[in-house]
Amino acid sequence: MSTTVDIGMWGVPLAILGGAIRVSTPFLFVSLGEVLTERSGRINLGLEGTLVFGAMAGYAAAYESSSPWIGVLGAALAGTLFGLLHGWICKFPRVNDIAIGIALMLLGMGLAFFFGKPYIQPVAPDLPSIPLGAWSDIPQVQAALNVNALFLIGIVIALLMTWMFRSSRLGLIIRVAGDSTDAARAMGLKPDRIRLLSTAAGGALAGIAGAYLSLYYPGSWNEGISSGQGLMAVALVIFARWNPLYCFWAALLFGGAGALGPALQSVGITQGYYLFYAAPYVLTLGVLIATSSRNQTLAGAPGALSITR
Amino acid sequence: MTMPAPYQVSRFGLIDTSPTGTLAALARRSEGLAIPLAALLAGLLLFGLFLLMLGKSPVEYYALVYKAGFGTAFSWQNTLSRAAPLLLTALCVALPARLGLVVIGGEGAIVLGGVAAGAVAMLIPGGGTGFILMMAMFAMLTGALWIGLVGLMRFYRGVNETIASLLMAYIGIALMNHLVEGPLRDPNSLNKPSTLPLTPEQRIGDLPGMDVHWGLAFGIVACVVAWILIERTRWGFAARIAGGNVRAAQIQGLPVGWLIVGFTALGGAFAGLAGMIEVAAVHGSANASLAAGYGYTGILVAFLARHNPLAIIPVAILLGGFEAANGLVQRRMDLPDATVLVMQGMVFIVILMSETLYGRCKLFTPEKWRAT
Repeated sequence: MSTTVDIGMWGVPLAILGGAIRVSTPFLFVSLGEVLTERSGRINLGLEGTLVFGAMAGYAAAYESSSPWIGVLGAALAGTLFGLLHGWICKFPRVNDIAIGIALMLLGMGLAFFFGKPYIQPVAPDLPSIPLGAWSDIPQVQAALNVNALFLIGIVIALLMTWMFRSSRLGLIIRVAGDSTDAARAMGLKPDRIRLLSTAAGGALAGIAGAYLSLYYPGSWNEGISSGQGLMAVALVIFARWNPLYCFWAALLFGGAGALGPALQSVGITQGYYLFYAAPYVLTLGVLIATSSRNQTLAGAPGALSITR
Repeated sequence: MTMPAPYQVSRFGLIDTSPTGTLAALARRSEGLAIPLAALLAGLLLFGLFLLMLGKSPVEYYALVYKAGFGTAFSWQNTLSRAAPLLLTALCVALPARLGLVVIGGEGAIVLGGVAAGAVAMLIPGGGTGFILMMAMFAMLTGALWIGLVGLMRFYRGVNETIASLLMAYIGIALMNHLVEGPLRDPNSLNKPSTLPLTPEQRIGDLPGMDVHWGLAFGIVACVVAWILIERTRWGFAARIAGGNVRAAQIQGLPVGWLIVGFTALGGAFAGLAGMIEVAAVHGSANASLAAGYGYTGILVAFLARHNPLAIIPVAILLGGFEAANGLVQRRMDLPDATVLVMQGMVFIVILMSETLYGRCKLFTPEKWRAT
């Protein structure tokens, strides 16, 4: 930033807004992917690993091709492969989808660090952003409203997914598989295949979230690129009641919580920086405690989901 | 009590279990050993294939792991030192698993247990065996509170324990960073913020005659205690019932809430102890090195051992050996340090896939023998 206009403490909410938009995009993509997977009746806890591997694969593909969008494509492809692996393994009887998710989380991170070593130094092209704040003269407003195209694409996907679940044949098929394996079988559907494809698509979205991290914000590949967004997004889905549109609002909220620390730091409040850094996790936990219930099934939860039984 | 039951209740109803000879009993018992071993071997083969695809020699890799992990007395000492925290963090997974809970946030308990130990050493002057035991108590209490909270949230609010425990691990690491860089920071630790270094009297020494610290003995004792708790006490029995069917356990009047909180807290206490050992025997002060991933490797150890505390001992030593050899593998084969993570991930997946084989192999199910 070349010049800054002194706007005093107003800088904090503005920085939080801008940060919320910037930070929320990976939450949005991962949670949309998880909604799709969970609506089909499986839970994929491994999206954190998919996200980290997607960040690496996206960065590598963007660097090798010098096109950030090919990077996004590469990350989506890598995420699809992880989703397919999860979906395939989970079709075997008595294999626990939660445990497989943990294993894939560790494997995804391991593979990302393994293959990502040569890409820590080189600089890949960044994803372009759209200056929606050009109408303002205040640089802070311009900075806050510099929105990445993936954020807008995420909103479109959230709207499309809402429509799909509500009024399309495909959405109905996924919902049936998610609510009752037996009902789906009785209708002549193949629940395992529906879940396999839903998990694969969910993995692709998580991979794109990773590409956003490495290609836009923070915009470089390193081993600490993810701070648990993939995991928090899985918790966020419960909060959002498996509704894609609610996922969008929840992602914004989490993005704002994540932007709290840096925003306060920018106005000179550095005390307890690490505690502000923990804000998104505390928020996630608080939201889980508030929205879970000891006795009854959660409203809106897919019936065949192991997490709600 | 001595009459062998001719029928056994299974999920298929009453079934004939007439082959009751020694051979049949042996076959049934060996299933739990043979399948994990086969899966471990398959996982290592898969990883070998991965190395082969990268143009590296799997034979060289495993030879190096053998040499640097188990080949000499020195490498054994290195391996056992690394196995010590794994024994304890694996218990943090295995104990809640008896209740059907998947708790994977042991890393948070290690880190905070280590900070608790560092804080005790910093704030209370003293040393010697009694002091070290007090340090261990504080670390265990911290870990027990941290993971017990996960159990509490699980029981009272139905919060998914897997997600909650991992979130608690992130919070724990942030809390450690805050304490170590703020209130508990030794002003002299410039590059790497740490608590005050422990005095020699506050540190844990080596086992007599070995170059391995006392943490190994703590870990093995903890595993044996956990095994006795699970297999030989009524609490362990009650936990197994509650793990099988919560509703049935509640109807029986079992204190499910206490069991959940107690088992998670005990697991957390062991992980907290691991953190204290890392501080008092390895690092000498609490700092960010505590988050070295022992909590995550412990998950794999527990699953490989099928949550049996005694089986955790050999598995932790095996994986400790792989970790000990990682440095040599990096240098000799020009592989990145994440190599051991990839190996662990692959073995983990194959182990979980092998769950599907139980009860399917004719060799291990005497009930199916007569069919031929």
